Amino acid sequence: MSLLASAVLAAPAPTPDIPAPTIEYGLLSPMLLVFGIAVVGVLVEAFVPRAHRAAVQMPITLLGLAGAFILTIVVATQDITPASGQGWGKLAAMGSIGIDRPTLFIQGTILILALVSTFMIAERRTDEGSFTAQAAATPGSAAEREGLLAGATHTEVYPLVMFAVGGMLLFPASGDLITMFVALEVLSLPLYLLCGLARRRRLLSQEAAVKYFLLGAFSSGFFLFGAALLYGYAGSVQLGAIARAVRLGPGGQYATEVYGASGQFAQVTVGSNALLMLGVALLAVGLLFKLGAVPFQSWKPDVYQGAPTPITALMASCTLVAAFGALFRVFYVAFDGLTWEWRPMMWLIAILTMVVGAVVAVTQTDVKRLLAYSSIAHAGFILTGMIAADAAGLSSALFYLAAYGFTTIGAFAIVTLVRDAGGEAGHLSRWAGLGKRSPVIAGAFAFFLLAFAGIPLTSGFIGKFAVFQAAIAGGATPLVVVGVLSSAVAAFFYVRIIVLMFFSDPAPDGPAVVVPSVFTSAAVALGVAATLVLGVLPQSVLDLADQAASSLFVR
Amino acid sequence: MELYVPILVLAALSAGFAAVNLLIAAVAGPKRYNRAKLEAYECGIEPTPQPVGGGRFPIKYYLTAMLFIVFDIEIIFLYPWAASFDRLGIFGLVEMVLFIVTVLVAYVYIWRRGGLEWD
Amino acid sequence: MTGTLTSAAAPLAGSFGNLAGAGLAETTAATGAVHGNAWLMVAFPLLGAAVLLLGGRRTSGWGHYLAVAMSLASFVWGVLSFFQLLGFAPEERSRDLHIFSWIPVGSLRIDFGLLLDPLSLTFVLLITGVGSLIHIYSIGYMAHDPERRRFFAYLNLFVAAMLLLVLANNYALLYVGWEGVGLASYLLIGFWQYKNSAAVAAKKAFIVNRVGDFGLSVGIMIMFATFGTVAFTPIFEHAAEGAQGWVTTIALLLLLGACGKSAQLPLQSWLLDAMEGPTPVSALIHAATMVTAGVYLITRSGPIFDVAPEAQLVVTIVGAATLLFGAIIGCAKDDIKKALAGSTMSQIGYMHLAAGLGPIGYAAAIAHLLTHGFFKAGLFLGAGSVMHGMNDQVDMRKYGALRKAMPITFATFGLGYLAIIGFPGLAGWFTKDAIIEAAFAKGGTTGLVLGGAALLGAGLTAFYMSRVMFMTFFGTKRWDDGAHPHESPASMTGPMVLLAIGSVFGGAFLVLGHRFADFLAPVVGEQEAHAFNPLAPASVATFVLMVLGVSIAWLRYGRERATVPRTAPKGSFVTVAARKDLYGDAINEGLLMRPGQWLARVSVFVDNRGIDGIVRSLAAAVGGSSGRLRRVQTGYVRSYALSMFFGAAIVVAALLVVRL
Repeated sequence: MSLLASAVLAAPAPTPDIPAPTIEYGLLSPMLLVFGIAVVGVLVEAFVPRAHRAAVQMPITLLGLAGAFILTIVVATQDITPASGQGWGKLAAMGSIGIDRPTLFIQGTILILALVSTFMIAERRTDEGSFTAQAAATPGSAAEREGLLAGATHTEVYPLVMFAVGGMLLFPASGDLITMFVALEVLSLPLYLLCGLARRRRLLSQEAAVKYFLLGAFSSGFFLFGAALLYGYAGSVQLGAIARAVRLGPGGQYATEVYGASGQFAQVTVGSNALLMLGVALLAVGLLFKLGAVPFQSWKPDVYQGAPTPITALMASCTLVAAFGALFRVFYVAFDGLTWEWRPMMWLIAILTMVVGAVVAVTQTDVKRLLAYSSIAHAGFILTGMIAADAAGLSSALFYLAAYGFTTIGAFAIVTLVRDAGGEAGHLSRWAGLGKRSPVIAGAFAFFLLAFAGIPLTSGFIGKFAVFQAAIAGGATPLVVVGVLSSAVAAFFYVRIIVLMFFSDPAPDGPAVVVPSVFTSAAVALGVAATLVLGVLPQSVLDLADQAASSLFVR
Repeated sequence: MELYVPILVLAALSAGFAAVNLLIAAVAGPKRYNRAKLEAYECGIEPTPQPVGGGRFPIKYYLTAMLFIVFDIEIIFLYPWAASFDRLGIFGLVEMVLFIVTVLVAYVYIWRRGGLEWD
Repeated sequence: MTGTLTSAAAPLAGSFGNLAGAGLAETTAATGAVHGNAWLMVAFPLLGAAVLLLGGRRTSGWGHYLAVAMSLASFVWGVLSFFQLLGFAPEERSRDLHIFSWIPVGSLRIDFGLLLDPLSLTFVLLITGVGSLIHIYSIGYMAHDPERRRFFAYLNLFVAAMLLLVLANNYALLYVGWEGVGLASYLLIGFWQYKNSAAVAAKKAFIVNRVGDFGLSVGIMIMFATFGTVAFTPIFEHAAEGAQGWVTTIALLLLLGACGKSAQLPLQSWLLDAMEGPTPVSALIHAATMVTAGVYLITRSGPIFDVAPEAQLVVTIVGAATLLFGAIIGCAKDDIKKALAGSTMSQIGYMHLAAGLGPIGYAAAIAHLLTHGFFKAGLFLGAGSVMHGMNDQVDMRKYGALRKAMPITFATFGLGYLAIIGFPGLAGWFTKDAIIEAAFAKGGTTGLVLGGAALLGAGLTAFYMSRVMFMTFFGTKRWDDGAHPHESPASMTGPMVLLAIGSVFGGAFLVLGHRFADFLAPVVGEQEAHAFNPLAPASVATFVLMVLGVSIAWLRYGRERATVPRTAPKGSFVTVAARKDLYGDAINEGLLMRPGQWLARVSVFVDNRGIDGIVRSLAAAVGGSSGRLRRVQTGYVRSYALSMFFGAAIVVAALLVVRL
């Protein structure tokens, strides 16, 4: 009450001097470029004739992503010392964005994976692309048929993807909870739309979009509520300030500069622990929803199945990376002093996620749903590494994310190629005997599945090994036991698909494998190459992740 | 404590106004129920004829409303900037131009793609 | 000396000094263009094999010349290395060449390194020298085989692997070469895999060798556990400090490996079947070089065996038993190659016997190995030449009186024959007598038994080799219809002549003046110099027995009146047993194969009913719970939202519980 009263009383004083904020454009250039390209993409939609839009959008999107990646590398090679003098990094834009080594690794990973996903988005040879001609037309209506016959497609996909990617870049870099919430919405809203744009099975796609939107909004509410409670506890939404409040404990006091009034300080009293615990829990719900951890996984199979497959690939790779990045930042920076409190909760979540993801996948019959459950299980494995809450855990999780992202994009790219009259042949029974018809495609898919299962000489093995090793070093051996058992269950259904593809007789009217253009071929080839290289010669990327993780997040 | 007396008085007045209005409406108003009125979030207008089981309804209202909100928010941001324009200097100008341009791009998109045409 | 070796050796400088006093050389880093690039010796044939195997049919036209060139290049490099080594003082003749760090995992640090010393270079010269001759011989021998390219690729592969085996400076790398020669041997025995017998023989060789290889690999593991390294130098320095039990175990496991590779009892059975391979292979791999790898292993590991006398005793017993075993088999075989194979087994038994005697016998073992390499390779090439002229007939009962038709083959084969039976002045006489004398010198009952066995073996050798000689080149013509024996082309006879020269002079060169023993001394230790004495009692006895053996053979097979039936007579109990390899296969079958099959059946049963049962019920449980969990996924957003709500409650509860 005294705080409020003093603030009200101080109002009649002469208006304080407002210092102009500063923004480090150089450090933020990757994000600014991506957002800029997105805006340009909107203008392209506005002014370029329909026939040429795709030809303009695709190159600027690819160039924008590539340029942002190069800028990320440029930023990473700068010599930036934080205010504390320790490590590497800086709180940019008045503390609302943290640029540091782990963030740059995450951003670089997101950008490369987004680039590969964009290859799939750019594919036009499979059924004129994966996106609908008239999103607004009722499925099955004359208007939709008209659009299909005209060969139309929604090129808004490109700017939407760029907005989503921009949000993903910002999400793990956010220095305070408000920026993080904005980033969460910026990345989510375009994805809700994109999910509803599938060319085939429109109703399923629209249902997926609505489900994702409703549940996403629900989870955003949790996030906001958590942020509000944490503000009540710490008197700030800055992650660093929350960490300081946690160190001080309830009743502790610290002075904070009143924004816009230089030289004036307000005394903040740290709130009760109930606020803190509820805030941590609700914030965690909001973050865990995005990465599909059990019990917040229910949207994932439906949405992954309904969304256009390139968008599913984007979500399974980039969104997962971004969500984990934000989770890492919040729990490693703001809740650093609470490790003993949140660790049991994360144990529970990780165990549930691994077990449910692996077990439920066993009875799936749709390829995309199966990959969705596999993605849930993998999120559990990565959580296992995160629980170590040290540099090794962070490093292993970063490597896992990069490795898994490539593999999963490759797998979804192959899903787009196996088609029959109704579009993608989703049902697993249609994949029987694929190895006899298209040995290369089936072989590549089998390779990805082996990587998911964590067989040596694939990146999946190295990734699993790294997170489990970090978890054991962090004292989470029972968790690793559960993880290994879940891997065994998961391996069962991966191998079952391989058996199905190579040791069953193909159905007489089985699906055909479309010969893809250079785009999807590149996505598959990059997936195979990355999975193999990261499995055989992982050292350089492991070193990079180590280097990124060793300086930890900037506060 | 005297400081809070006017606030309390204002609060009591506004609460009384709301209560009296509800009371008068309940006592004096005619009661003619129809389907449109019973719909959730109804505003009294039946959203045009529609096929059985839902189907499509025009979204023109929503488009216009959303466009209004976008510019509404823009104006809200413009006020504090205008109030302290002299102190924020070039930085404030540049940022605000960027902000306006971004919103303008959305406007241009809607305009060019026919979002402002009623029919 | 590499860094790791230095650190390991540092605390033991004192005892090391003692070893140096015993005449052993201190290992120093290899220098100079020749030694510094010694890896080329392995690389040349490996490159040849790679080109031939990857190049496909395009290389068929000139591939065999490439293979010969590669083998010769290794030989030339070996000779250069040999002379550079001679340029050093004896105590400096151990040069270590570090190439790269091969397996740096935790405390296990294995370098890819080569050791150039008198022992390894002796083998290099034998392998590349005899190997090159046999490469040249094979050009003629395999001229009509459509798969000649593949044959030469395998030969080159063998040479590379064998060189790696003998040049390695640690047991892990040695093991790579060890497996490499096993692979090459397998591929070459089964070279004519369309012949069922060849395929079966290849498999048999492979499987029997696995037993030995398993022993070797376990031995290497125990070595690492005991000494913390697998490199030769530090292990040999510290051998005496290891726990006696473990050192003996290591030695016995090394012996098991040696038995597998060298066809010693009880792993002898594969060698006779291995004769299904082309004859040059039998000459190179299954007579001159690979089968002697066991002797190399034991000699190389001398410092380990020297501190494990029980193991040494086992080595001598194995050697003595095998030398008699092989000789008895050799007496009964009618297949010329199998008779020679029995002889090989027997001669390697001699070498093992000598190697098991310790420092006194190492030089004798290696000297006999060298001369044996010459005369046995020569004999095999001679046999190949005979087969070449007789339409690939191998049954000696279908030969006879070939000395006129094949004069060069007769002469070279004859010289090899005289060498192996120990005719005075020829190679075998010098080296075999040395072993017999060393065996008697052991003293006591052991010495008498071992010496007696060696002496008896010498007599048997004279008999069965004379039998081969007389049945093939003397007596009456018992040829098949349509056989037109003729002399072989120069590419075949040339190597035979060169090998025959080695068979005649090799022994004298090595043994007279104690030359070879001095040369090897830096590796195997000094032995007290005792002059070669042809009039020692053992030598005289050997000579008498040799004459006796030849005479009996002459009476039965050689003289004009001796009749050799074209089909083998029933023969005595001993002959029948010997023809069946003294029931070696039957014993394997009864003791190993039958119980093995029974065990396999039991395992299958347990696997099907027990393990699979558990797995299946587990899978059913997972599937069942999956089906139940799946029903939670209703598809309704409202239930999803509700599940999220309960999930949030769980998260809150989990956090608050910790605080309580």
